[in-house]
Amino acid sequence: MYAEFDLVVPETLAEALEAMAAGGSTLALAGGTNLIVDLRGRRVDPDRLVGLDRLAELRGIRANGGIELGARTTVTDLLRSADIAAAAPSLVESARSFAGQMVRNTATVAGNIACGSPAADLVPPLLVLDAEVTLASRTGTRTVALCDYYLGYKKDVRRPDELITAISLPRRPQRAYNRFYKLARRHGDAITVTGVAVTIAAEEGRCSLARIALAAVAPVPLRARRSEAMLEGKALTPALISEAAAQAAAESSPIDDVRASAGYRRKMVEVLTRRLLSEAWQSLH
Amino acid sequence: MSNEKTITLRINGKAAQATVPAHRTLLEALRGLGHVEVKCGCEKGDCGACAVLIDGTAVDSCLTLAWMAEGREITTVVGLGSGEAMHPLQQAFSDLGAAQCGYCIPGMIIAADSMLRQTPDPTEEEIRIGLSGNLCRCTGYVKIFDAVGEAAAVMRDGGETK
Repeated sequence: MYAEFDLVVPETLAEALEAMAAGGSTLALAGGTNLIVDLRGRRVDPDRLVGLDRLAELRGIRANGGIELGARTTVTDLLRSADIAAAAPSLVESARSFAGQMVRNTATVAGNIACGSPAADLVPPLLVLDAEVTLASRTGTRTVALCDYYLGYKKDVRRPDELITAISLPRRPQRAYNRFYKLARRHGDAITVTGVAVTIAAEEGRCSLARIALAAVAPVPLRARRSEAMLEGKALTPALISEAAAQAAAESSPIDDVRASAGYRRKMVEVLTRRLLSEAWQSLH
Repeated sequence: MSNEKTITLRINGKAAQATVPAHRTLLEALRGLGHVEVKCGCEKGDCGACAVLIDGTAVDSCLTLAWMAEGREITTVVGLGSGEAMHPLQQAFSDLGAAQCGYCIPGMIIAADSMLRQTPDPTEEEIRIGLSGNLCRCTGYVKIFDAVGEAAAVMRDGGETK
């Protein structure tokens, strides 16, 4: 590889945070499945990388009523966890179709969030699961809701000296439907054309909680909040589902690229949202 | 930039030393040490030709920095078996003629081995998902999937030679 940089490999989180605060252009290296490609393509040009491989304290999935994911939890770890299978079916669906096996074995949850791609496949499921991101630096720790994490295309609230250390999911309502659908050219090793994740909960015949998140149809993965608001407190009739699906499409702002046209993507937001909402309501009644 | 150092890599059970800069990938280091069974394909994690096992888990060596592999156990397709003592996957690929040009096969076998360690009795779908990061540009997937299924059956019957 032609890009040149230095690499430090801390043994503890405290050392890693110290290294992140050292100034200059420093980037954290987790699985490297995006970063190494960007370095090779000269899209980033840091002086120094901080390799996080040795930080065992950042790996692991803990069920504590909700779920806490260590930042270095890999996509494969998600697929092997009974806690994730029970609490976050949408995350399992996303992990199954995520890139190829070798990438799944190394790519991390925090890395997928931090790369800032509009097509980051773990992000829509995490958005509809109300995930929170823990950011740590030498000077302290703060927690940010994932839905407030992105500021614009590849821009986020993380300061250069901060590391994502954990992602936490609150306890999900008892009766809830939680799914992710990835539309791509094939089921593996393909970048998402349009992704839709939903969580729908119902109580006494009405929708008590609605979350809809969209991937690859805007500068950032986003919640379709106006569509969600149309659903909460109501019985999901076919007419209401169609209206909410059209609203979700209106909240997207896709572009034309090599994978699909903007018009096709917008249409697919509507189709997939309608399909998932219909399935949700049927499965809950 | 003080970014070159001598590292010790454990490759197929043997220690090897390499003096490499921080930006050297494991793929480049392995090939530099003569392990040309590890192939260079896309260099961006799409094709799987460069797959090796690190501590028993398949990774793309083109996306791994050599320094990060220090102290870990690296296995290439040669380390799984060869010649007189072939691994059941190698035997099945050979028996079923599951190679055309052969360039993707070292990575295919590494990915299949990693998948079978977790899923010893895979369905056809699980084999396809396990190998979804390995591209065969001869498009010879059917025999490759068959060979992995065949090897899995042999390994479940205790036929592993190693």
